[in-house]
Amino acid sequence: MTETKVKDGIEAETVEGVRALEADKYKYGFDSDIEQEFAPKGLNEDIVRFISAKKDEPQWLLDWRLEAYRRWLTLDEPEWAMVDYPKIDFQDMYYYASPVKKKELESLDEVDPEILEVYNKLGISLKEQEVLAGVKGAPKVAVDAVFDSVSVVTTFKKELAKHGVIFCSFSEAVKDHPELVRKYMGSVVPVTDNYYATLNNAVFSDGSFVYIPPGVRCPMELSTYFRMNAQGTGQFERTLIIADEGSYVSYLEGCTAPMRDENQLHAAIVEIVALKDAEVKYSTVQNWWPGDSEGKGGVYNFVTKRADCRGENSKVSWTQVETGSAVTWKYPSCILRGDGSQGEFYSIAITNGHQQADTGTKMIHLGKDTKSRVISKGISAGKSNSTYRGLVSAHRKAKNARNFTQCDSLLIGDQCGAHTVPYIESGTPTAQFEHEATTSKLSDDQLFYCRQRGLSEEDAVALLVNGFCRDVLQELPMEFAVEAQKLVAISLEGSVG
Amino acid sequence: MLNITNLTATVDDGRKTILDGLSLSVPAGEVHAIMGPNGAGKSTLSYVVTGRDGYDVTGGSVTLDGEDLLDMDPEERAAKGVFLSFQYPLEIPGVPTLTFLRTAMNAQRKARGEEPISAPDFMKRARDVAKQLKIAPEMLRRPLNVGFSGGEKKRMEIFQMMVLEPRFIVMDETDSGLDVDALRVVADGVNALRAPDRGILIITHYQRLLDYIVPDQVHVLAGGAIRASGDAGFAKTLETEGYDAYA
Repeated sequence: MTETKVKDGIEAETVEGVRALEADKYKYGFDSDIEQEFAPKGLNEDIVRFISAKKDEPQWLLDWRLEAYRRWLTLDEPEWAMVDYPKIDFQDMYYYASPVKKKELESLDEVDPEILEVYNKLGISLKEQEVLAGVKGAPKVAVDAVFDSVSVVTTFKKELAKHGVIFCSFSEAVKDHPELVRKYMGSVVPVTDNYYATLNNAVFSDGSFVYIPPGVRCPMELSTYFRMNAQGTGQFERTLIIADEGSYVSYLEGCTAPMRDENQLHAAIVEIVALKDAEVKYSTVQNWWPGDSEGKGGVYNFVTKRADCRGENSKVSWTQVETGSAVTWKYPSCILRGDGSQGEFYSIAITNGHQQADTGTKMIHLGKDTKSRVISKGISAGKSNSTYRGLVSAHRKAKNARNFTQCDSLLIGDQCGAHTVPYIESGTPTAQFEHEATTSKLSDDQLFYCRQRGLSEEDAVALLVNGFCRDVLQELPMEFAVEAQKLVAISLEGSVG
Repeated sequence: MLNITNLTATVDDGRKTILDGLSLSVPAGEVHAIMGPNGAGKSTLSYVVTGRDGYDVTGGSVTLDGEDLLDMDPEERAAKGVFLSFQYPLEIPGVPTLTFLRTAMNAQRKARGEEPISAPDFMKRARDVAKQLKIAPEMLRRPLNVGFSGGEKKRMEIFQMMVLEPRFIVMDETDSGLDVDALRVVADGVNALRAPDRGILIITHYQRLLDYIVPDQVHVLAGGAIRASGDAGFAKTLETEGYDAYA
């Protein structure tokens, strides 16, 4: 009974939340005036060298970048996704933007108050003491705040260090833990993986690095909050998470960007390595600026996320709530290499206005007795298009591989589209793959039924869509679930009537 | 309480007239029944009173305690206390019955400027009503109406009605899909709601339900208007003689 009550509370709160936020559709669209330094516009070897020099990188990393850059020049932009956007001019953007840093920061007190204010506005407190002084037993969340190209601050580092957990910016990891970085970087997503991943390898700026030592259950949620601020700047961060044997970590990622007329490119890489018996839960709430109602502006979100379940019985679970970006091209995947390893993908992708999303997952079964589970909920409204694209494959050695995939699409209105493109490949007769898919339309009858009971039209849509997404929302950590429910409601405002 | 005067309503951009000068008055404290042949406009009447899209009201008025209902959105009418027990209740996937009902109740309360009901008060009320209607508590945690039988869905309508305690109730073919035992449980619930400040309009094709919920008045709806009215006994006459005389 208690459990029911808690959930009641959340869902009622969603509806309250929608009402409170009705006025501003995209409340993260503000622009902040912060002194920043840029690399010159455009991309060439000198820019790559500039970025590397700015970050005071070792020679091996500069070589890595240059090799990637040269490789990138030989590649063509992928065109197979069901998205349509004007050709990107890679010379017309900045590849490095950083808030001007006076000196190395020792503590939060030294962070530019303007930047702290940006995060406060986003509802993210970077002040450890505020979290500590909160309600007793309130979960702590350590945050790495990435502002344009650089990580500005990471909280709770000391407390995490007591447990042997390393949580820092990628740049710091290069300096302080080069052996770990060199061992794992590029081992899940190869430099040559795809057009955007290769570009990222050449120009990546910063991101988060996580290492959980053997047998350690990370004592708090880790989270990275990405904020694109500078105009005309691409964001190319990379995240590397290593869960050593028998460890566990839950990691959250949030993203927003100011409203701008031009399109901004975000091409990130996330690599996860799970060793024997390790478990990683990775949750994303992606709310990049989606562009205005005419389809002008918005973020191009071309991201490569992949997990390698390298050890026996390891497990990686991706949960994503995708409401932002003008164009999304993203397939968080699991390579189930270790025997008995498990991969999960839970996704809610909402498109409204002129948004386009081509998203899904790849579950690649290599080891024996590997299992995967895919639950995808796509919601399309306005003139948007949403595509689920998923691959499930079993290698011939992947005896008894199992997959269950469920893909549900919900259409709101009659000008949007939903598409499901599953690819299933099995190299062994012992594999068992199940695929279920449904497409439904939010019906006028359901809306009327809810309104007859007293809900406004927008509250009714929010309730129905949250109901549709319930299986996935339940997979999110509690604090995020509430946020996500509100986000679901906000992103669908004005989608009916 | 509810006053309908000379109501006309069309569908298909005015090509088809469904209600054609319907007048009806249900005073507070009374239960009225509307009977009539298929296609007489019974369900249209329930939808026009509650504000469903798809009907053009071309004339007449509908007021509740003097307030014009036709000017209000469906949710505003609900907040005023108008409740429709649907002939075909909708399924709401992923939303537990209790969540749905509490959200609805608080939306109504907010519209009326009242404080939201506390979780314990709501739970107590819901549990009491569920017990009365012989609804298992597990049912209330399942998504509303999803996978429920026709009879269970109807019972869930009465459950919502009794928890919400509306001021004016329209019941559209509530008896269809109910077996005799369920019918009795539902009727007991409705009878318990009879009150001096509440009006009830029962729309039904058969008089069976009226054996259990005895109406103050029975009206024949045919060809989009009320053709005859009588007391509870009139329903029995109609059942045996049919509606041919009013077509």
